[in-house]
Amino acid sequence: MSRKVEDLNRRLLRARDAMDRAYAEPLDIRAVAAVACVSEAHFSRAFRAVFGETPHRYLQRRRVERSMFLLRETDRSVTDICLDVGFNSLGTFSRTFRQIVGETPSDYRGGHAPMVAPNCFQMTATRPVVAAQVAGAAGVATQSSSFGEAGAVVAP
Amino acid sequence: MITKLNVTSVKVLNQDEALDFYVNKLGLEVGRDIKQGSFRWLTVRVPGDPGIEIFLEEPGPPVHDEATAAQLRELITKGAMGSLVFLADDVRGLYETLKARGVADFTQEPTEHFYGIDMGVRDPFGNAIRILQPAKVAPALQ
Repeated sequence: MSRKVEDLNRRLLRARDAMDRAYAEPLDIRAVAAVACVSEAHFSRAFRAVFGETPHRYLQRRRVERSMFLLRETDRSVTDICLDVGFNSLGTFSRTFRQIVGETPSDYRGGHAPMVAPNCFQMTATRPVVAAQVAGAAGVATQSSSFGEAGAVVAP
Repeated sequence: MITKLNVTSVKVLNQDEALDFYVNKLGLEVGRDIKQGSFRWLTVRVPGDPGIEIFLEEPGPPVHDEATAAQLRELITKGAMGSLVFLADDVRGLYETLKARGVADFTQEPTEHFYGIDMGVRDPFGNAIRILQPAKVAPALQ
């Protein structure tokens, strides 16, 4: 029994790593589930049970973290950064960013200077916790089982 | 006053598999391999650097009861346990070598930063390993 759990954990971790590696590409849940060798239906549920959030939310937080990095470290436009990190609509990006970080991308940029730290440290340490959850608000929509950004985000 | 780090440990699911990965794939060398009953003191180290050994520790008796060992195994495979950072002289070359040796679980391909070139890989159990080739001049990190 426990061997099965370990094997599933390891495969889900491999899928999570794939999202960290390929966040900038248009990822769909079928492809990521395939990395873990589990069915699409089983994947979101299993991933959430193991890592505490849906794969969709995991990917969003990784994309937002990378956008925060680019906002801090570069002078690329917000629109370019939105596309750089895998969003395909500025509206969805801004809404998701605000929901997770608690301020707009431009305001975030204005308040943060470059952080002189190794990339792996930044990716690990600064992936944002969801602002609405920090504030104690319940019911943040993390149920989506689709990676399609449009329609997946529920404004708080 | 403490003068040096001597031994650190990484928890693994299987010591034989760990030995194969850390020595035959990653290129470390065996430090100690001593069996005492069901306990195996198995360490690896960077070749030419005998001062710091990495204990490849398999959860289980006599150190852990079976329930604790099962919890540890779950955490290892979630990638929630320790991690190692090594330095290397040629990360891009090492990346090709590791691929040729069958390593596939890269978390990051060689990437250039202001402080050097680094890459990420997982051991067969889920532990994160990072390998950095420091830039010639990286004043901010020194």
